[in-house]
Amino acid sequence: MDDQVWITLARALAFSTPLLWAALGEIIVERSGVVNLGVEGMMILGAIAGFAVAQTTGDPWVGLLAAMAAGGAAALLHAVFAVLLRSDPYVSGLALTIFGLGLSGLIGRAWVGRPLQNAMEPISLPGLASLPVVGEIVFGRQHILTWGGLLAALILWVLLHHTRLGLIVRTVGENPAAADAAGLPVLRIRILTVVFGGVMAGVAGGFLSLAYRPSWGQGMTNGLGWIALALAIFALWDPLRAVFAALLFGAFFTLAYSLQSQFPPQLLTMMPYLFTILALTFTAVRKGRGAFGAPEALGRPYARGER
Amino acid sequence: MLPFRLEKRGVPSAGLIWGVSLAAVAVAMLLTGVLFAFFGVPPIEAFRTIVERTILDARGLSEVVRRAIPLMLAGVGLTLAFRANFWNIGAEGQLLIGATAASGIALFSGLPAGAMLPTMLLAAFLAGAAWGLLPALLKTRLGVNEIITTLMMNYVAIYIVRWLINGPWKGPSLGGFSYTERFAPEAVLPTIGTTRLHWPTLLLAIALALFVAWLLARTRFGFEARMMGESPEAARYAGVNFFKTTLTLILVSAGAAGLAGFGEVAGIHQRLVDPGSLSLGYGYTAIIVALLARKNPVAALVTALLLGWVAASGDVMKISLGLPSQITGVTSGLVLLSIIGSEPFLRYRLVRREPARTPSEAI
Repeated sequence: MDDQVWITLARALAFSTPLLWAALGEIIVERSGVVNLGVEGMMILGAIAGFAVAQTTGDPWVGLLAAMAAGGAAALLHAVFAVLLRSDPYVSGLALTIFGLGLSGLIGRAWVGRPLQNAMEPISLPGLASLPVVGEIVFGRQHILTWGGLLAALILWVLLHHTRLGLIVRTVGENPAAADAAGLPVLRIRILTVVFGGVMAGVAGGFLSLAYRPSWGQGMTNGLGWIALALAIFALWDPLRAVFAALLFGAFFTLAYSLQSQFPPQLLTMMPYLFTILALTFTAVRKGRGAFGAPEALGRPYARGER
Repeated sequence: MLPFRLEKRGVPSAGLIWGVSLAAVAVAMLLTGVLFAFFGVPPIEAFRTIVERTILDARGLSEVVRRAIPLMLAGVGLTLAFRANFWNIGAEGQLLIGATAASGIALFSGLPAGAMLPTMLLAAFLAGAAWGLLPALLKTRLGVNEIITTLMMNYVAIYIVRWLINGPWKGPSLGGFSYTERFAPEAVLPTIGTTRLHWPTLLLAIALALFVAWLLARTRFGFEARMMGESPEAARYAGVNFFKTTLTLILVSAGAAGLAGFGEVAGIHQRLVDPGSLSLGYGYTAIIVALLARKNPVAALVTALLLGWVAASGDVMKISLGLPSQITGVTSGLVLLSIIGSEPFLRYRLVRREPARTPSEAI
């Protein structure tokens, strides 16, 4: 087989990493019945927090912790508004995105275009990297977070479908009243999943500014958070399917960029967004044919005794 | 257990809505003041300087209003969509495509002076509306979430404009610059004196707000749109044609954002420029305008002025106060966060919990 295929796969893996982390977080959030449209905002706050801390301390891993904390803290805001106070979850998520973009622009203004001094280094997977042909190309130079994302997907899939914890989260998302009647703390579980989603979005943002493009640029997430939201739907809220969906997105984008010599770059940059619309349309058509849909109570704030 | 609990309120009174909204804005301004202090400028002094140079100064005021114009047009359009529970987050893209269509007419149509501006306006409206059409069709026909699709269309619009100004529409006389040639004088809107206040668009925005208010309050379409938003089940039962109503409302909503784009190119830039300088995120700020106005089109004129003021104050911060102008982006976000934070006050009242009946049994 041609090397080109493996190079595409390697690039697709890298490109899909932030999408996967953010989408996995949103999948868990939505499985518990909450929509958080603030992924883009949490992601960009993660990106700037990670960059700022890594640039100051010189350690990208401390930066990643900061990115996770920033994403989680932003998500907590959504949890308070949308879960606890039962405000409109759409507006709350949008507010988070608009606020996140504004705040990151303010914090990052001094660093625009500056490269990160100490970026995360790609690693070579021992064993796999020495495989003939494939090894060096696919396994030789990827970031830890790329492999970490795949591992996280596997762990979350097991947790969601094969543990009591997963059953609890799913019940809260499918039928919060029944979960409440069974003595489960519905609101507390939803707050925890929302914060977890924020931490995951923070990792996604941190990956961008610490590893993928180790620098800061205003609005550098460039809609990836929204694409991750679409990915959660496209993957039918399943962590393992999210891996394949993210890889498909990644492969498509990589292929689009490889056409750079034939097409104007601006038109190629447009492709991911068009592809996202296409993917959602495809999901909707499939749903019409009876594939399983969204968690039953998705997007409906829960209050005991109300509907 | 907290000593208070939330109790559902009936329909909030207009006074309460105004009070809560004003309080929300006040909280956002207070937090902005904290930011000023953080950057070493005493908040009171900062606000005084901003007010002096924006509201109390004729030229400053004209800048506030001219920034409010696109927010009014796009924001009024969004109130209509939001009323019907159609989450059009795509005003930014609809604005850009409206600007593109108007620029295309201005640069290449060769129309006579009398027909030029009206044709540009019509083209911008139709192009904006067309940009909203795909998400509307996907939502009504297949149930595809319109939030994500309208937002994706924003990026598609951004890159179309970038492609045009770097490629086919790039002004040949401009060397390395990425924008089109300047429009001929007949394709430029008149402004008041030496300001950048393109008043015909302002009148258009006011007329549009009144028109949308009339649509919502007095027409069958408006009634059906509101019913779709307030009680989709009842609307379906009453036989509301979701398809037709959604297409009509997106025509007006997205078309209005397209008109905002027309105003920016014909009134301010006089050429098609990079999306970053063309729009300054007006399409996103318009969401705040519509929500702060509680989805009321006439109130959106007022909230557009408020957010236009926030945007215009960025220049004062940078030039007169030595503050980073990016603070305005945070302020806008804070306004929206305060709105969402204040929403429970409209729906619930705080009631003291009755003391437990048998306190001795409590552990």
